[in-house]
Amino acid sequence: MKCRKCRDKAVINMRQHRLALCKEHYLDWLPEQIEKFIKKYSMFTPHDRILVAVSGGKDSLALWDILIRLGYQADGLYIGLGIEGGIGYSEQSQLHTEQFADQRGLNLHVESIPQNYGLSIPEMFKRTLRGNKPCSVCGLTKRHVMNRVARDGGYNVLATGHNLDDEAAVLFGNTLQWLSGYLVRQGPVLEASHPGLARKVKPLCRFYERDMAAYALLRGIEYVYDECPYAVGAKSIYYKEVLNKLEADRPGAKLTFYLSFLKAKQKGLFAPDADTNKVDLHTCPTCGQPTTAPIDCAFCRLTAAVSTSD
Amino acid sequence: MPVILILRDKEYEVKPGMTLRHSLLKVNLQPEAHLATRDGQMITEEEILWEGEKIRLIAVISGG
Repeated sequence: MKCRKCRDKAVINMRQHRLALCKEHYLDWLPEQIEKFIKKYSMFTPHDRILVAVSGGKDSLALWDILIRLGYQADGLYIGLGIEGGIGYSEQSQLHTEQFADQRGLNLHVESIPQNYGLSIPEMFKRTLRGNKPCSVCGLTKRHVMNRVARDGGYNVLATGHNLDDEAAVLFGNTLQWLSGYLVRQGPVLEASHPGLARKVKPLCRFYERDMAAYALLRGIEYVYDECPYAVGAKSIYYKEVLNKLEADRPGAKLTFYLSFLKAKQKGLFAPDADTNKVDLHTCPTCGQPTTAPIDCAFCRLTAAVSTSD
Repeated sequence: MPVILILRDKEYEVKPGMTLRHSLLKVNLQPEAHLATRDGQMITEEEILWEGEKIRLIAVISGG
């Protein structure tokens, strides 16, 4: 198979685009495409200060690499979760992220949950039993820390490495249950809904997970291959596998599913009133972050609960 | 000699002469969820795999 641009040997064939490219042209093509969609969705401009949430995985490190190549002002944020899982998961993730930043002379903020709050994510989960796995506590904590670091550091944009497979899996799950509130809020950009909050953006939302892994591999980005030990058996992975079965028979099915949803939303098929959780935001008296609760936010209540459950 | 597909600590044997895509499907691996390298170079799923060669696979799905 040959590269569409130079007829050299192709290293990747994107069946959804009917496009095969060699290494050199793929490494140019992907950032160009991402920039096109950063502009299309008005995510940010070169004047914005962007905080990239980096986990040490392929997507977030590739995103950071691409934003820097495109000339954006992007610093990184790594959140140490204290997850061991028999493989030193958090330690490995941090190592890859720090090496990535050091090699490129990039500014990386590191926040350690065990150091800041005295407990790792799995320990917090054991004390609260919020959900049936630590994932709920983890998500809540990461959101809080990302908002705090963005606010304190004066970043007006928070970028995450969610790819199309992530977005399609979430959309699939929400559609199966017709979770209208979540459907209304899902999209490439979530505008800041409260003073001091950064706009949240997903520049990779139109690009397949496989294509992001290919970019990381071809760019020589060393990322953590191991999956979070708590992700084993996760619904999102199951949904991705189901969607990949569709994709195998109908190349482009995942992309069409997501893009048709965005188009439907744009046409007003999902009315904001469908967001049953839409309530006024208040300022948490403890941390100053927005919350729907009339008292402390969910994160401050979590940290209060775990500190009193010795 | 068969083709050996290596994914983390697992090895799969497939007949030579098939495409990578066909080989992955033969061992119940989703082509959409894997990348492959031959001698460190990434290859497309249309590539024919030859007798005795070792192909390293990279799983790309993550989640949670």
